[in-house]
Amino acid sequence: MYPDYMLESIKKVEQTRPQRFELAKKHGKQVYPPMGEKERGDILANYHPDYKDDALREVQVGPNKGEKLTAKVSDMLESHTRIDPKKFDLNKPDHVTDVLVIGAGSAGMSAAITAAGNGSKVIIATKLRLGDSNSMMAQGGIQAADQKDDSPILHYLDIMGGGHFDNKPELVKAFVKDAPSAIKWLSDLGVMFDKNPDGSMMVKPGGGTCRSRMHSTRDYTGAGICRVLRDEVYNLPDKIKYLEYNPVVELILDDKGQAAGAITYHLGTKQYSIIKAKSVIISTGGYGRLHIRGYETTNHYGATADGLMLAYRAGVKLLYMDSVQYHPTGAIFPEQIVGFLCTEKIRTMGAQPVNKNGELFVYPLEPRDVEASSFIRESHERNLGITTPKGLRGIWLDSPLVDMINGEGAINKYLPAMHRQYARFDIDIAKYPMLVFPTLHYQNGGIEINKDAETTIPGLYVAGEATGGVHGRNRLMGNSQMDLIVFGRRSGLHASERVKKGVKFGKMSLEHVYSYEKEVDEINIDKNKIAPILLPDYIPNHVKEKQVDTEYFGTLI
Amino acid sequence: MMKSKENMVTVYIMGDAYNVPESSTIITAMEYSGFQLTTGVGCREGFCGACATIYREKGDYKLKGGLACQTVVTDGMTLAQIPFMPAEKPIYDLKELKPDINTIKELFPTIFRCVSCNTCTKACPQDIDVMDYIQALKKGNIAEAADISFDCIRCGLCALRCPAEIVQYNAATLARRLYGSYLAKKSPEVDESIEDIKAGKYDKELEELTKMDRKTLSEKYYARETKLR
Ligand SMILES: Cc1cc2nc3c(=O)[nH]c(=O)nc-3n(C[C@H](O)[C@H](O)[C@H](O)COP(=O)(O)OP(=O)(O)OC[C@H]3O[C@@H](n4cnc5c(N)ncnc54)[C@H](O)[C@@H]3O)c2cc1C
Ligand code: SF4
Ligand code: SF4
Repeated sequence: MYPDYMLESIKKVEQTRPQRFELAKKHGKQVYPPMGEKERGDILANYHPDYKDDALREVQVGPNKGEKLTAKVSDMLESHTRIDPKKFDLNKPDHVTDVLVIGAGSAGMSAAITAAGNGSKVIIATKLRLGDSNSMMAQGGIQAADQKDDSPILHYLDIMGGGHFDNKPELVKAFVKDAPSAIKWLSDLGVMFDKNPDGSMMVKPGGGTCRSRMHSTRDYTGAGICRVLRDEVYNLPDKIKYLEYNPVVELILDDKGQAAGAITYHLGTKQYSIIKAKSVIISTGGYGRLHIRGYETTNHYGATADGLMLAYRAGVKLLYMDSVQYHPTGAIFPEQIVGFLCTEKIRTMGAQPVNKNGELFVYPLEPRDVEASSFIRESHERNLGITTPKGLRGIWLDSPLVDMINGEGAINKYLPAMHRQYARFDIDIAKYPMLVFPTLHYQNGGIEINKDAETTIPGLYVAGEATGGVHGRNRLMGNSQMDLIVFGRRSGLHASERVKKGVKFGKMSLEHVYSYEKEVDEINIDKNKIAPILLPDYIPNHVKEKQVDTEYFGTLI
Repeated sequence: MMKSKENMVTVYIMGDAYNVPESSTIITAMEYSGFQLTTGVGCREGFCGACATIYREKGDYKLKGGLACQTVVTDGMTLAQIPFMPAEKPIYDLKELKPDINTIKELFPTIFRCVSCNTCTKACPQDIDVMDYIQALKKGNIAEAADISFDCIRCGLCALRCPAEIVQYNAATLARRLYGSYLAKKSPEVDESIEDIKAGKYDKELEELTKMDRKTLSEKYYARETKLR
């Protein structure tokens, strides 16, 4: 429960609530004027963490050399390999397959199912278990323009505007055109989308959308999708083999520069294995566990940007790695859930952000970067935030409005995960607001692909959060979940088509690892700094001092 | 207001005593004690079911189950993780199935052995009425089972405690998939939008948009009308 001093501020929130409820009844979502182009630009420049002087740093090695990237990403890319290439006899692979999928979130599993359906033998190598991923955690929704009052044209405009027009048009076009069929594909596989009594999809708006096109499965949307895909993978044992606790640590190319497989490392037995494959799909997700700028994160334990490192070391360019998504509403109280996501769906269902005096200060559904910046301004510069016993500062998300607007019980029915999360700490969000502040959420940029999800390396495909270009410099809610399915399926299809056409392997090679090592050596990077990072390191220093010969996975934190 | 120094408690991780901050969850307590976790950990936010843990609290004879990322430690707690459940999972092709009781009988014959002891419901960290969805399935009420089991994160704790060796969560997954693909009312508007796209209804305009310069596109974006339901 909240301590007394917070309850005092909550009293003020309760006092202004009836008035704000009236506003919502009258104006719907528009309880505060949305910002125009100039205002958006100003607030981002002044308050968004990406715009701080030390946010970016020129990377000194690899295909983006000389470009300014998020400093922590540059740090990671300037790392040594985990392996000694000399120790691997690439002529003796442990596994041979048509398609290798790296990572088992929804992007990877849609890719695997699609490739298997198109006749390929598939191996999935993943870091933890199948489905242990950011995909499983998504709550709010998935976007598709499949309603009568909507169109792919409007969806296109929303995506481009949200991304500050930096998106790659060919990717966005493919995305908006595939989205409705992706919804159908998922429905046919048995995903239980929320529906109206007549069977039509129950859709909600999202930050930065001009129509209501957010589909959901209560507030377990990611799980609603990901657990179905996982069950489907389990059901295809003859076509898809999966290796759990087996993260990939390097790609293998051939001497013609094509993708030819990968090397995995078993987290338990510490054995390395060589997988030979005709097509390789990277679907390793994002980078929340790098804790950029010290931010807490919503991401799963294995979100350490491994795919970026793998592709980059092999010579593929990264796009927009100067832009980080902080989700406006991360929990900051109780302390056990600091950084956890409070889904945007709470706002799409009517919850309003208010300051310590219970006053509205921003349109609740601005694009995420704008919304997050306004929370930072309100809490810190304007000093109208609430401070937690641990010294964090944030604003109230007035959740009880959700029941007032949608009828009693709405929170319990449509936001069960959120309700449960707080109930575990004796807070009923149908009665009390939630204390929130931006949290590190999503990797806006990533590995560059074309509309077939292919990179500049023949046979190397990428899908999902690991890619860059679809969302420009800011992703909107619900478009990542759709991205996974659209480009997951595209990558699976094109990877397996390549297999069908016949792949002529050259000699298997780790030459790219040697040459990257040379570049890293030239800038004198500490030998102990290695990536892919695999897992973050949360062991406290006083214990580490006694673990004298222990190797840690993460070397950056 | 600011806490100066955190109080410590003693927890027994697989029998060994460790001193950890009292606000720790089981996961952070293990890390604080020096365990570098590779199993029994996943999303760390209560959504993936990787961190099922059994524990006993001081002075209590009861064996409890919980998610390590969501359970706050108590002084004297004894715990062990259950990172994997060696449970049976029938293989099926959803397209070949009928959404009725015969399918359930064939794929999950064990559920008809349920003795209604309610142990599964008590074990569930998601507070799901597990026994009720098993009872619904026994009656062939797939829609009800799908609805009740919706928040299942497949942690395995119910199956671990079930005296009848039922794997509740796998049966629930089948129920939800059968509901989603066969029993839920159809959404014709989705099919129509797919038809429109296939017929090329938006191709010309989309093509123009992809070629549009930034300024014109930006004007078009800020001028678009917002109509939210
Ligand atoms: C809490 C939360 C809520 C969200 N809510 C929404 C939402 O409502 N709507 C929306 O559109 N988006 C949402 N997102 C974003 C979206 O869910 C993610 O961007 C998306 O799931 C990423 O999917 P993915 O398949 O690309 O990666 P992931 O789902 O993260 O999967 C990556 C997989 O790769 C594995 N892996 C990583 N490194 C390696 C390696 N070296 N070798 C092998 N395997 C590896 C991981 O273990 C994991 O299995 C949310 C994200 C989070 C964290
Ligand atoms: S139903 Fe069983 S597997 Fe699902 S969350 Fe509850 S205890 Fe875990
Ligand atoms: S624990 Fe097993 S036998 Fe007992 S009610 Fe649950 S399913 Fe039935």
